[in-house]
Amino acid sequence: MGWRDKKINRLQNPNPLLYLLSLGLVLLLWQGALLALEDSARKFILPTTAQVVTRFLRLVVDGSLLQHTGVTLLEMGLGLALGTSTALVLGYAVAHSQVLAHLLEPIIVTSQAMPVVALAPLLAIWFGPGLVSKVVVCALIVFFPILVNVSAGLSHIDNGFRQVFRLLEATRWQRFRWLEVPAALPAFLTGLRVGGTSAAMGAVVGEFVASSAGLGYLVKQGQNLYDTPLMFVAILTLTMLALVTYGALGLIERRILKWRSAGKT
Amino acid sequence: MIASPETLLEIKNLYTAFVEPEGTLEALEDVSFKVLQGEFICLIGPSGCGKSTLLRTLAGLLPPSKGEVRLRGIPIRGPEHAVGLVFQQPTLLPWRTVAENIALPLELRGQPLAERQQRVAELLEMVGLAGFEATYPQLLSGGMAQRAAIARALAQNPEVLLLDEPFGSLDALTRERMAAALLELWQRQQRTVLMVTHSVDEAALLADRVVVLSPRPGRIIDIIPVRLPRPRDPSLLLDPRLQSVVRELRQALKNGELQGNGRNSQPKA
Repeated sequence: MGWRDKKINRLQNPNPLLYLLSLGLVLLLWQGALLALEDSARKFILPTTAQVVTRFLRLVVDGSLLQHTGVTLLEMGLGLALGTSTALVLGYAVAHSQVLAHLLEPIIVTSQAMPVVALAPLLAIWFGPGLVSKVVVCALIVFFPILVNVSAGLSHIDNGFRQVFRLLEATRWQRFRWLEVPAALPAFLTGLRVGGTSAAMGAVVGEFVASSAGLGYLVKQGQNLYDTPLMFVAILTLTMLALVTYGALGLIERRILKWRSAGKT
Repeated sequence: MIASPETLLEIKNLYTAFVEPEGTLEALEDVSFKVLQGEFICLIGPSGCGKSTLLRTLAGLLPPSKGEVRLRGIPIRGPEHAVGLVFQQPTLLPWRTVAENIALPLELRGQPLAERQQRVAELLEMVGLAGFEATYPQLLSGGMAQRAAIARALAQNPEVLLLDEPFGSLDALTRERMAAALLELWQRQQRTVLMVTHSVDEAALLADRVVVLSPRPGRIIDIIPVRLPRPRDPSLLLDPRLQSVVRELRQALKNGELQGNGRNSQPKA
């Protein structure tokens, strides 16, 4: 208790005054850019702050912002769940089977080099313009960081700990439950935070390719209609989504890994 | 005290060899000795002489190449509840508190929570860690962590406690305190202890008998009894009787080294 909590609090909630100041800086730059642009260009390139706020309020009032955010969130959530569960199963298998590790390693390395984003059009053909293709793009993006982290976390378990469990005649299940899960948890959560944050990207790319709803769809629609305020609203909402996901996963991480902060003095 | 103590552990013609790509590495050669119930045995010998190998074999973690180990006449074929082992490093799980670490053996055996808590409280008291139950291992000093590891090994109430250089990574002062604490603990419990140590003084202070091993492959050079009265405490380290035991141990170690050099001449010695 005490000073350690204070320290964490300070990291979590930096000085609100500085937050406001940096927000003000952005707005100032925005206004500066507006002044620099000619009237005619301004209309198409850069909306005023007031235009964005009005657009935002209109979208909130008619419920469409909520609806589109919901679609994107659903895609992200399902993609995250699918990617995480597949990565966990495969990560465990890779860490425990030499044969499987050697078999899968080239595939994993190659597919990590492949930009998943480039696959999105193909996935849209395979899985149609609906929910499934976006979920698959998200899952693929989430999959690799988690797989790599989980298998690394499992294979780096201290040999001394393994000896302790052998000595105590732990069953396979006990070793899994009491040693492997807690030992690999930090690496898994790091992978989840990385993957979870980029899940938004997967959903948006999927929506760019083919969709009729979602925040990515709104950005695309804004582009087609030269509706820059709409694009601003959608992009800012996506940013908020990613920040909230990152923050939430970070919070879960700190909650679960209480013991880790105990080591920091 | 009146009835003659019975043999608890019997090590018979133990050979251990490791097959490595560079060739076979012989770790132990024809090691035989008996350990009596309640005895405190120390194992000393030069680095790499197979002391740890011997302990791991006794713990059932390593099958011998030849020979066998019997516990109350029954051959040891794998880890057993009756044998507890403390490693050189505390190997406490960092995500568990001290109490949870000590409870691990009981938890794996499915002991009910209430019994477990009571036993853990006893053990914490026993090793002098009462008040640290909720602390995470990272915050413990080296000596405290090793005491927690000893408590964990004692949790399942083993008949034999094996200690593999448990104080090896501690500073001299802590080491001496730990030796004193172990001595006190053993004197209260009269549990059978086999301890590997580097320190000749420590061996003479703690043990009833000291098994002296030769350089690799480890053979028994001598088994030297320490005929000092019990209870003992570290003040005995300055006692001339103990110092004469220390001299005897050093001489045995030296003899072992001479014999070893004669047997397989080492290129870099």
